[in-house]
Amino acid sequence: MTTITHDVAGTGASRPAPKLNRRRKDWRGWGFVGPFVLVFLFVFIAPLVYALASSLFSYRAFFDETVFVGLSNYLKLFGDPLFWSGLWRVILVLLIQVPIMLAIAMFLAIAIDSGRLHGSNFFRLSVFLPYLIPTVVAALMWGFMYGTNYGLVSQLNGAFDWHLNPFANRWILASISNVITWTYVGYNMLIFYSSLRTINTSLYEAAAIDGANEWQIVRSIKIPHLRGSIAITTIFSIIGTFQLFNEPSIMQKMAPSVITNSFTPNMYAYNLSFSSGQQEYAAALAIVMGIITVAIAYVVQLRGLNTNEGRG
Amino acid sequence: MTATTAPRTKESRRPRRAVGVPRASLRRYDPAAPRRSWLFTVVTGIFLLYALFPLAYLLINATKTQQDFISTFGFAFGGHFALWDNIVQVFTYNNGMFTRWLLNTLLYVIIGGGGAVFLAVLAGYGLAKYRFPGRTAVFMTVMGAIAVPSAALAVPTFLMFARMGLTNTPLAVIIPSLVAPFGLYLMYIFASESVPTELLEAARMDGSSELRTFFQVSLPLLAPGIVTVSLFTATTTWNNYFLPLIMLKDQNWYPLIIGLNQWNQQAYIPGAEPVQNLVVTGSLITIVPLIVTFLFLQRYWQAGLSAGSVKE
Repeated sequence: MTTITHDVAGTGASRPAPKLNRRRKDWRGWGFVGPFVLVFLFVFIAPLVYALASSLFSYRAFFDETVFVGLSNYLKLFGDPLFWSGLWRVILVLLIQVPIMLAIAMFLAIAIDSGRLHGSNFFRLSVFLPYLIPTVVAALMWGFMYGTNYGLVSQLNGAFDWHLNPFANRWILASISNVITWTYVGYNMLIFYSSLRTINTSLYEAAAIDGANEWQIVRSIKIPHLRGSIAITTIFSIIGTFQLFNEPSIMQKMAPSVITNSFTPNMYAYNLSFSSGQQEYAAALAIVMGIITVAIAYVVQLRGLNTNEGRG
Repeated sequence: MTATTAPRTKESRRPRRAVGVPRASLRRYDPAAPRRSWLFTVVTGIFLLYALFPLAYLLINATKTQQDFISTFGFAFGGHFALWDNIVQVFTYNNGMFTRWLLNTLLYVIIGGGGAVFLAVLAGYGLAKYRFPGRTAVFMTVMGAIAVPSAALAVPTFLMFARMGLTNTPLAVIIPSLVAPFGLYLMYIFASESVPTELLEAARMDGSSELRTFFQVSLPLLAPGIVTVSLFTATTTWNNYFLPLIMLKDQNWYPLIIGLNQWNQQAYIPGAEPVQNLVVTGSLITIVPLIVTFLFLQRYWQAGLSAGSVKE
């Protein structure tokens, strides 16, 4: 705070607009950005550096000392089947759940935007509501419904003589994906919807005069317009999926034999740190996951923006 | 991307569809007056049901006793209408621990979330309205931070905080909550769009200091954006699970979400009293403030999401 007033006192009001002021260095912006950057360095950059450094060490319980081991934590990770199976699970979710969720979100956005629904505002608000529900509450509610002892599923099984078990090994990923889809469909819908609202309506009128029907307008105007939003929602979904932790970790108590401690990479990192005391190994895992996420998000962003420029 | 979509944003401010102006054309599709369809509404309504039925489940089961919760059908009311009893129990069980958790959550939202908004507003404004050395570097780093899995950072942050003796204190939750890169990004867009540089120049001509200009000229213009960023940040902080989970051991500092999960786990601990009726009712109490706030301020959500989707 003091830096701002200090700077201003020195530079005075006679200075021209900061934009034009390229030749003499204008430090005034730092007064505004500085506080954020300070905290950012402390809670973002410092832990990152700390994780990088500690991933090069290993704790030897026998000698009770932490020794420098170079890259061996990383080598160990690449040969660790628990890491790979966890990574494979989140990749499966990414390949199956994310496209389904985004397709539903896009369908809903186009439907609400089309003006053909009765009560479209009610649709928009209701579909968004689950996003406000904490993942913990969402996972608990769905967990209660999935329950085979006294949950909704057990009641259905009893009534229709079914043998459904959402917590069985072969269904667990689908069950978790369903909770994620439920939570985030409305959020993604609203991003698509907001983007659709920015289309100039004279485009539709021009298309209609040229004889285009509604489906052609959706295909040739609306969906191409959504490309930027698709890139963004995909990137957010990738980041979210690679971080998958809350839903499986809360459901773990309900399906302890199916949801293991290494069910997702993030759960594995958590349990390595807090249950087995392998914090250096967990740091290496966190960094590898961070690099994979950033790399994939970057590729999607490049692709998304390139196709967009090609079209635009 | 920015160049192609920016003008469309302006266009969208004019009313899109002439309401009440009958322009029904039987021959071809008229985008200005789409006809509402009951069939389409019902088909799309499947997703509406999907979004709402877990909430209905929550609402119905909050009226049941623990006994009824286990023994009666999930979508039917129990023998006793126990909503009021449940609410009273939620607040009195465990010596009124729920109230303590509620106050903790408010503390984290107000200090952590509020602080995050304050820092994001200052920094977003600084980045949008000043050209200073290191500006691009700050911007790129913060944008990159959005892609870094925050959970990947949580473990190293925990280790760092443990060395400083910060773990198991409210500060361990508040300090990391202070940085909201997405909030900063939204604020940057709002400030770029809604604060004209000419206005700042005029204020400077009149001899107003940078800080005074910010508070008296820019802040009122930024107010809608601040509401949006506050909504996002407050919801994120209110729903935060991973961070308090690893940072806090003492249940006196738990936020609601962690507390509810702990109550739920009692059902799986031999000898502990299952209180799932309180988990359900407590969940309901936890989400009511979020839903009420959302319904009152819903236009600000869309403002934020459209800013995020249009500009990137």
